[in-house]
Amino acid sequence: MKVKSPLEVYKFLPQTNCGECGYDTCMSFAAQIIDRNVKPTDCPPLVENAKKDKKFEKKLKELIALTSPEIAEVIIGVGDNAVKIGGEDVLHRHELTYFNPTAFFFDVWDTMDEAQIDERCSRVVEYRKFYVGDFITLEGIAVRCTSNDPEKFRKAVKKVAEYGKPMILVALNPECMRAALEEVADQRPLIYAATKDNWREFLELALEFKVPVTLRSKDLNTLKSMAKTFKESGVSDIVLDPVTEPVGEGLKATFERVVQLRRTAILGEDKDVAYPIMITPIAAWLIDGDEVTKGYWETVIAATFIVKYADVMIFRNLEQYTVMPSVILRYNIYTDPRTPVQVEPGLREINNPGPDDPVFITTNFALTYYTVESDLTSNNIKGWLLVLDTEGLGVEVSVAGGQFTAAKVKDLIKETGVEEKVNHRYLIIPGLAARLQGAIEDETGWTVLVGPMDSGRIKGWLEKQWPPKSKE
Amino acid sequence: MAKKFTLEEFFETLKKYNVEELEGVRIEGDLEIEVEPGSGVDANLIQALAALAGYTQLIQEFGNFIYHTNMALTYLQRLSAALGIQMPLGAPAIQQPAAVQPAVPEAKPLEVPKFKIPEKLIEAKFEPYKAEYPGVIEEVTLGATKADGGTRETTVTIGGERSLAFYLFDAENPNMPVVAIDIFDRRPMLAKAVREHYEDVLDDPAEWARKAVKDFGADLVTLHLISTDPLLEDTPASEAVKVVEEVLQAVKVPLIIGGSGNKEKDPEVLEKAAEVAEGERVMLASATLDMDWERIGNAAKKYGHVILSWTQMDINNQKTLNRYLLKRVGIDRNSLVMDPTTAALGYGLDYAFTNMERIRISGLRGDQDLNFPISSGTTNAWGAREAWMIDSPIEGDTPWGPRELRGPIWEIVTGMTLALAGVDLFMMMHPGAVAVLKEWMGMLYGTIKDSIDNVDDWITMEV
Repeated sequence: MKVKSPLEVYKFLPQTNCGECGYDTCMSFAAQIIDRNVKPTDCPPLVENAKKDKKFEKKLKELIALTSPEIAEVIIGVGDNAVKIGGEDVLHRHELTYFNPTAFFFDVWDTMDEAQIDERCSRVVEYRKFYVGDFITLEGIAVRCTSNDPEKFRKAVKKVAEYGKPMILVALNPECMRAALEEVADQRPLIYAATKDNWREFLELALEFKVPVTLRSKDLNTLKSMAKTFKESGVSDIVLDPVTEPVGEGLKATFERVVQLRRTAILGEDKDVAYPIMITPIAAWLIDGDEVTKGYWETVIAATFIVKYADVMIFRNLEQYTVMPSVILRYNIYTDPRTPVQVEPGLREINNPGPDDPVFITTNFALTYYTVESDLTSNNIKGWLLVLDTEGLGVEVSVAGGQFTAAKVKDLIKETGVEEKVNHRYLIIPGLAARLQGAIEDETGWTVLVGPMDSGRIKGWLEKQWPPKSKE
Repeated sequence: MAKKFTLEEFFETLKKYNVEELEGVRIEGDLEIEVEPGSGVDANLIQALAALAGYTQLIQEFGNFIYHTNMALTYLQRLSAALGIQMPLGAPAIQQPAAVQPAVPEAKPLEVPKFKIPEKLIEAKFEPYKAEYPGVIEEVTLGATKADGGTRETTVTIGGERSLAFYLFDAENPNMPVVAIDIFDRRPMLAKAVREHYEDVLDDPAEWARKAVKDFGADLVTLHLISTDPLLEDTPASEAVKVVEEVLQAVKVPLIIGGSGNKEKDPEVLEKAAEVAEGERVMLASATLDMDWERIGNAAKKYGHVILSWTQMDINNQKTLNRYLLKRVGIDRNSLVMDPTTAALGYGLDYAFTNMERIRISGLRGDQDLNFPISSGTTNAWGAREAWMIDSPIEGDTPWGPRELRGPIWEIVTGMTLALAGVDLFMMMHPGAVAVLKEWMGMLYGTIKDSIDNVDDWITMEV
């Protein structure tokens, strides 16, 4: 985004504070544009005026140009499952935030039999990892043409399309790619890849089928030349693959290419390379070694480029020990640093608790809260969960830092009226808040039980400790 | 499903690229962090464990996050002050969606009706953006050889960067980050996957140090004097430091010496340790704002050591403590290293990463309070339940798979991420994780060159 301050945006707005956009003032709408929560076209008068008057149309276009992301956005797939990549504005997440998390595609290939394809596709579709209140899922499937046979490839691609996930079609042979596109172009797959040898055919395919296209070259001059050529021929949905070399100085060179592409696009304002970047951790499967070796190294490559600018990736390994660190790292890096990760304090009823059920307390740091809540819920534990406002800090830190105090616990018990809901006076505190046991007892008059260090162990703990034997 | 894997073959592959120190390493067997007291109500014990956790960094709560609210709030406050917008404070968190589900824009009319395919590519030259920073990170040398009044055979120099981590295309950085392995003066709580590598040396710090260096390739050793904790053995400082002498005898690499994390006792313990290690140029870990940093700083200064300045994910506190140590104590600029706090992958790594990245960028831009090498307690990664739990406690999760493979990679990815933020010194424990991290850094630093040529082959490979 070329503009940095709401004032610069404000100049372009009607300045009538009409409120049609849903915000009270044009200035707050301008601030929302800067934060990328809304687009200029979300201002109805602006759009209306542009339709009527050439002068306003020009102004709107200018504003769109000034406020569009530095890196182009590309959409792969259609409907609810479509995934948006690129659209980044900054090199470091603290400068604003990163926007569209790296999309993960897992491969199948056309010489697999149908059952194998089904097996892998199902694993991608069904993948779930619970994290901070939601399940992380995987984005799509990359179908590789290993047969070099257009009909085989067509068949495999058709099969994979049944899963409704975004697809990357991987084939350097334009004939194979054409066959596949005839089948699934309406699914808006990303095609992979145009190279210095086949770019003319791929350019034609991209134009004819209106699909996003990946350009692949180790040579950044060639890559830029291709991007410029494609763009000027009418293709704007472009993804750049600077070629992932998995080890040694090849990896070093890959790192340099990726950083330079992104940095030159944003700081050097080189629009010809301002496109999403593709990284292929799957290249790790070219090194020697067993499956663990390759899987580990695939994760090493993925981690490097999740942190540094990859927008879309193709993976081989579907084993959890490599997928899980990759999806969590991606989540962490793409978490908006502007949003405090807190939940509302108060009292939560877990699994319809009754008056005999235990009362727990935790913090309002979202990660802690959702971990505890889901551990209780999924273990079918009935209970009352007090959520203390620790200003979004975890247990250990808030105990040390004075945001988790006996006095605040007392207030929370009073405010939530939990005393009327249960017929006992036992409070289970986190193991890491053990040092507050005495203070909370003094302050509240409740008997405090020190729970386990990890809420994953509450179930086993309750079996031994609940209902409580009378104290001492 | 998964066969029973070992990492052995993996390390063999690594050897090809110059890693030699890992022969015969196996990761197998049970994995458990034993932190849960049997009764669950013994407050003293739990308190002891919690206190220990603060320093040994072996148990990790779900994140040590002092900074994150500040970061977000500062931004919002600035914005709202400028614009008079109400600040959405205390509102329920808006969670980032796990998967993006954007609306597909309306199909744009194609601008080129007939496909005109050019004969030739439009020639374009890629001109890489050049970045140069005015600042330079201080170089800090740990350990002293005979010539410098110590008895170390090797020394380690960290820092000296003039560009972001691994951006060697901007500026040659003289020193690759190094890895220290943690050892303890009493049996600590360890994840089983870690412990089994050290089972034979857990009661002998000197042997432990030897193993860390000889078998696992540690560049340095971090000796944690946790037995001095009043809630554990409460070993007197004068007695605890005998172990320092033993370890100095046992290995010839530089030493880092940590206390127990007890705010009252650590200054005394570290002072005593500084005295017995006089001339060896160890690093004292650590001075913090809430303990007598002046006393620890003075000990470092008096006996010629380096000091580790440890803050809890707060760039301003880091500046403050550094300034105290530099200005009030008079620590030399080449004798200060920072630990801005490490949180595990999935448990606050985003805060740790961004905090360190901001510190490094500030240092490179010329902030004289922040241009020091960064140290990371990467062992913290083992606190993440994904690293050690047998499987997910959450209904609906895809099964987590073999945990003996999850733990090391959790430490690897935590370390890698922070390496990219600018860490110069890693404190780690799992030998496999140490090997992989070093391997990867060696490649990005250009010391491990062997590459492969057939980089297109994955496109058509049939696995």
